[in-house]
Amino acid sequence: MIGVGKAKQYANVLDKPLGRGRQEVSLSAFAFLFSEVVQYNQTQVDNIAELERRLEDAGYAVGARVLELLCHREKGNRRETRLLGILSFIHSTVWKVLFGKVADSLEKGTEHEDEYMISEKELLVNRFISVPKDMGAFNCGAFVAGIVRGVLDNAGFPAVVTAHFVPIEGQQRPRTTILIKFAEEVIHREARLG
Amino acid sequence: MATSQKAARLGEEVWKTRVDKVNAELVTLTYGTIVSQLCADYDNDYAQVNQQLDKMGYNIGMRLIEDFLAKSNTGRCGNFRDTAEMISKVGFKIFLNITPTVTNWTADNKQFSLLFDENPLADFVELPDDGRAQDELWFSNIFCGILRGALEMVQMSIEARFVSDVLRGNDVTEMRVTLIRYIEDEMPPDDE
Repeated sequence: MIGVGKAKQYANVLDKPLGRGRQEVSLSAFAFLFSEVVQYNQTQVDNIAELERRLEDAGYAVGARVLELLCHREKGNRRETRLLGILSFIHSTVWKVLFGKVADSLEKGTEHEDEYMISEKELLVNRFISVPKDMGAFNCGAFVAGIVRGVLDNAGFPAVVTAHFVPIEGQQRPRTTILIKFAEEVIHREARLG
Repeated sequence: MATSQKAARLGEEVWKTRVDKVNAELVTLTYGTIVSQLCADYDNDYAQVNQQLDKMGYNIGMRLIEDFLAKSNTGRCGNFRDTAEMISKVGFKIFLNITPTVTNWTADNKQFSLLFDENPLADFVELPDDGRAQDELWFSNIFCGILRGALEMVQMSIEARFVSDVLRGNDVTEMRVTLIRYIEDEMPPDDE
């Protein structure tokens, strides 16, 4: 851990104690790294949809690990089995750990039973990004959508997760909404559980 | 050594007062994703993955140096030894909150090692057990590119490469940095 001198070496990563996760690095370090992720992936694709898909896949891998890590550390090895439970786990615990704050809002879609939205006025990954006009609706939030999908899927709640810009009146920058559409089986199971 | 202490104080102060911070795990996991994405894209050709990581680092280094100079508000280093202290005690400190040890200088003062006791990029990491990654992949190779890119922007041509890594089962994680030459300011050809 930081500041305790030479770190002890472990033969196996699983023997290593799980840190408390309070270590910090500079925001620039993340911003530089993330911008390289975007630029690298841009070289691997022909269109925006594919770029978003690749970013989402990258996020998915992060989400899968975050779920495991946080269930061990914050929840005494238990994971949520109910829809609202897992959503608020993402909105509060996951967001707090990854982005330092809980998400601005968590809402249920008004038109569809299976849709939920997490909104953030200034999503960390979008803070330093301006999307060129010719790239249309491209949203780096796809990475965060991927994280959310990674957490949900691995907790047993398969869903389609997408990121969208939503303009706010009187504000120059739009907010980012992460739209979660659960698979049918999830909704059925939830109804059965009552 | 005086420079070393001065650098340590500067790094500490900038880290405490002038740096916005994020959770290290976000960076750890994001970096891990990049490496595994590259391994998939290059069909586990680890030599190519190392090279791509170095290239990404180089791109970052070229932009990062500006952030570094603006935040640390520091001048030109008098010699390569000072440069090494600045890299470890200010550079690594203000970006990653670590200070790798500077050691193993050669007699001509052109080559040193950075020893990483801690490495936020490598938390939770276990190299693939495919009989090759342990010998071929330098997981944190992005650091080499970052140093090369950043120093090139301040007129130093260097070479950086890892020589050992605890992830490979070595005792230490060590990067070797070699000064190739100082780049002369190139004036535009006579246009009077």
